[in-house]
This record gives sequence, structure tokens and C-alpha cells, in this order.
Amino acid sequence: MRKYSVFAVAREALRGHKGWEPQWVSPEPRQEYDVIIVGGGGHGLGAAYYLAKQHGITNVAVIEKGWLGGGNTGRNTTIIRSNYLYDESMDIYEHSLKLWEGLSQELNYNVMYSPRGVMMLSHNVHDRQSFKRHIHANRLHGIDNEWLTPEQAKDFCPPLDIAATARYPINGAALQRRGGTARHDAVAWGYARAASDRGVHIIQNCEVKAIRRGPGGEVTGVETSRGFIGAKKIAVSASGHNSVIMSMADVRVPLHSVPLQALVSEPMKPIFPCVVMSNTVHAYISQSDKGELVIGAGTDQYNSYSQTGGLQIITHTLDAICELFPMFRRVKMMRQWGGITDNTPDRSAIQGVTPVPNLFVNCGWGTGGFKATPGSANLFAHLIAKGEPHKLASGLTLDRFRSGRLIDEAAAAAVAH
Amino acid sequence: MLLIYCPYCEEERSELEFRHGGDAHIARPTNIADITDEEFEAFFFLRDNPKGLIFERWRHVHGCGRFFNAARDTVSDKFFASYKAGEPKPDLPGISPATEKTVETYEATEGTAK
Repeated sequence: MRKYSVFAVAREALRGHKGWEPQWVSPEPRQEYDVIIVGGGGHGLGAAYYLAKQHGITNVAVIEKGWLGGGNTGRNTTIIRSNYLYDESMDIYEHSLKLWEGLSQELNYNVMYSPRGVMMLSHNVHDRQSFKRHIHANRLHGIDNEWLTPEQAKDFCPPLDIAATARYPINGAALQRRGGTARHDAVAWGYARAASDRGVHIIQNCEVKAIRRGPGGEVTGVETSRGFIGAKKIAVSASGHNSVIMSMADVRVPLHSVPLQALVSEPMKPIFPCVVMSNTVHAYISQSDKGELVIGAGTDQYNSYSQTGGLQIITHTLDAICELFPMFRRVKMMRQWGGITDNTPDRSAIQGVTPVPNLFVNCGWGTGGFKATPGSANLFAHLIAKGEPHKLASGLTLDRFRSGRLIDEAAAAAVAH
Repeated sequence: MLLIYCPYCEEERSELEFRHGGDAHIARPTNIADITDEEFEAFFFLRDNPKGLIFERWRHVHGCGRFFNAARDTVSDKFFASYKAGEPKPDLPGISPATEKTVETYEATEGTAK
């Protein structure tokens, strides 16, 4: 792999950009791999990269039904933060945030991680108590998070309306300065390029149709739209379609899939300096480097794989955005889309072994999986290589729904789910 | 937004009047204190989450207030039937849930919505 650098850009500029090579190769599938990862999003591609880099396992294929990063990796609002409440969540999201900080250098690929600060607005007494509890829990865990007065919030984000007469008055905010955004496509492409360079096969437009099992119940490979491909281990990381894939191995998982919507505005000059989230009125917003306002809305209430979502969900969010930031009232929205999120009953992810030998699962990241991409991928690779979870992910096991050791971020999450 | 037929009010109303109530036809064990952790997990947490035909509960919260069940396609979001609580799963002869070929993109959904 030829490294990207300022010298490479200069060299190619002088010779008409004829020397750029493909970022990853798309070979014909082998008959058998040591590991097959189902799902070519950020989590799956990242796991393949860390398997090759940290565990020396390079006979790996990532199988993707559509195109790389075409699912939720390319459909989210790219918010990164680690200010969760429970130890298990803080461990994995902070691990992830630390990896984000060095990811562009690690992959030699600009993922445009921008620690511009994630500010969560508090509108009432309950918000304030809840956020302060998060702040204290985070600080005890060594994670930055601080409380702002309304005036400090306004200084940090000038477009914010903090008037006492506002429809949703603000009594403070919680700010994680290391939080921010990244370029979602670049994360998938960067991991794919780095994994491919280490010998990982990336197989797109290849749908997994069945999982084949051996006499002892262990997995032996997958039936795909391009024929049978053998595997010693199978790792499933297919976001909204995890239930569908796992049912091929007769494993039921505690997931329900619902559409989550986002939308972007027409591009504008830089006007919005950070990420703002409001849990209570359900809106989150940032501005991309292209100038579009990137706005996240809520989920539909019913199970669906439609990748669309109801119009009332986004109008509700836009109502809130217009109240919080009156200057955006006449901005036009350009595009809207939905991604299918897989949600667990306790709103925490599942990463662990399954009742089927040599079948591993990484699912349930729900509405917040993008921020976890490097950390989840890194720990998933450990799980696949060693056959048991890394200690940072040891609470995320599938059997917690049997033992009752839930990680109840559903009630205490800093984000509206 | 969905248009949902309430079998009690006997009319179609907007989704805004309804609340989704999870999977239908899940029977709570009568001996809940005696069942094993595995059985409780299966009853309480594990779901099929099908891509295609789903049987689900709805409650007409801003109408008659009653629970009822419905059969719907989770790919096209189209309802096949709704029926009163307590009634068995309806036979749905000839229904064919949408496939990815017919509904994968937003444009395709719009095209087949009529």
C-alpha cells in the first residue's frame, strides 16, 4: 500500500493524478477462511483490521451484502462521545474515544475526527440532576465532562437561544469537550484499506443466505449469493439485520429493529461550532465541513426494515431545532433518510459468544453505534481471536438477559433513544 | 406515517392516535415464579424480529384506548390485517411480504406505495 502524505499529493498533482491505486482489492472468495465477518460496516471492517494487526490473523473475509459503509455507518449523524453513566458503557466508549483520537494516524487515512465538543442541554430539574449525576460518574471514571451555566452554554454555542421566555428554557448544559464528529465514510474506507493491505479479503455485493453447521453444531461456513464459503469462525456484525443473520444459526437475540432518521440542510457558511443535543425535546445537531446542518431525529415506534421512517418524527425534531436556534427557521432541508437500528431491551450493546460454537456476535448498538466503532471493532477482534471477551467488554455478554445483569442505559442514557 | 385500522372503532386512523405494543401472541406463563431463568429470558426478552410478516400489538391510546393485534410487513410497512385482542392469528392466504428486490430504497418504496 502506498502511503498517503502531502508528498504523495504533490507527486500526483505533477503527473495528472494517474498514480493513485485502488484503496482495497476485491478478490474472488477463497474456499475457506479462518474468520468470516458478516457485515462490511465500520465495526466489521475495523474488527478485520485489528484481527490482522493485533492478533496476526490475516486469513479473514469481510462479506457485505451491499457496499462498504452503505448501512448505518453511512447513515448516522457521526456524533462521538463517551459520557455514559454505567461503568461497562464508559469503559467501552472511552476506549473507543481514545482510539478515535489517533485513528487518522493509525490508518494513514483522514477520518476527520473533530473534537469540537458535545453539549447536552438541560431544560428542567430532572435533566439537571441526571446530567450532574453523569458528570460525577464520568469524572470518577477519568472521563471529562463539565457543567455549564446557560450563559456559558451560549458562549460555547452562540446560536443557542437561552432567553427565559424561550419555549424550551435552558437551565444549564453538560459539555464533553473531547466529544465531536468524524467523517463516517472515511472510517469504513480507512479500515477497509488498512485491512486489505494486511491481506483481508473484502467481498462486496455478496449476501449471506444461510449458515452451515457441522455435526457438533459448530459453524462451518456460509451459503452466499456467490456460493458456499467455508469458515472456522463466523463473526456477525450486521447492525439492523443481526436478528436475520442470527436466525440462520437458530439463535434468538433480544433485538428489535426500528428505523432511525436523520436529515441535512442546504450548505451554509460555518455558523455552528459544536454538537448540541437536547434529550428532553429530542433534537441533535451539528454542522458538517461541507456546511450542511446534520440533524438527528428519533426512531419509529414499530419494528421495520424499511429504511424510511415517518414524517412526524422529523417534523417533531425540526420544531425543536427551530425553537432552540431561531436563526435556523428559514433554512431548507435537503435530504432525509433512515437507518435500521438493532435495539436491546436495556439499550446497551451485546458483544460476545453465542450458544453456537465458533459463532460470535456484535449487535445491539442501537441508535449509538458510530461512536463505538473503533473500540467495538478492537474488542470484537479480541473476542474472535481469543474466544472470550476482553475485560473492557466483559459486561456486554449475550447471557446477561438470562442472569439479569442488565446495563440499564435505557433509563439513564445521556441521549434520547 | 402509518394509517391503522382499529377493529373496535372500525375505521382507519393516523398512527399518531396509536401506540405500538410489541409482539402479539406472547403468553405470560401462569407459573411465573416457578419457571427457569432460560424460560423467563425466552418469554421476556427474546424476539424473532422478523424481516417480513410480523404479528404485533397496538393500542388506540387517543381513541377507544383498547389493545388489538395486527399483521404487518416490516419491509413495506403495509398492514395485512388487524383484529381484536383474544382472537387467533388470522389466516393470510396469498400474502407475500415484500422482498428486497421490490423495496430496498426510498424511491422503490415510494414507487410501490400505491
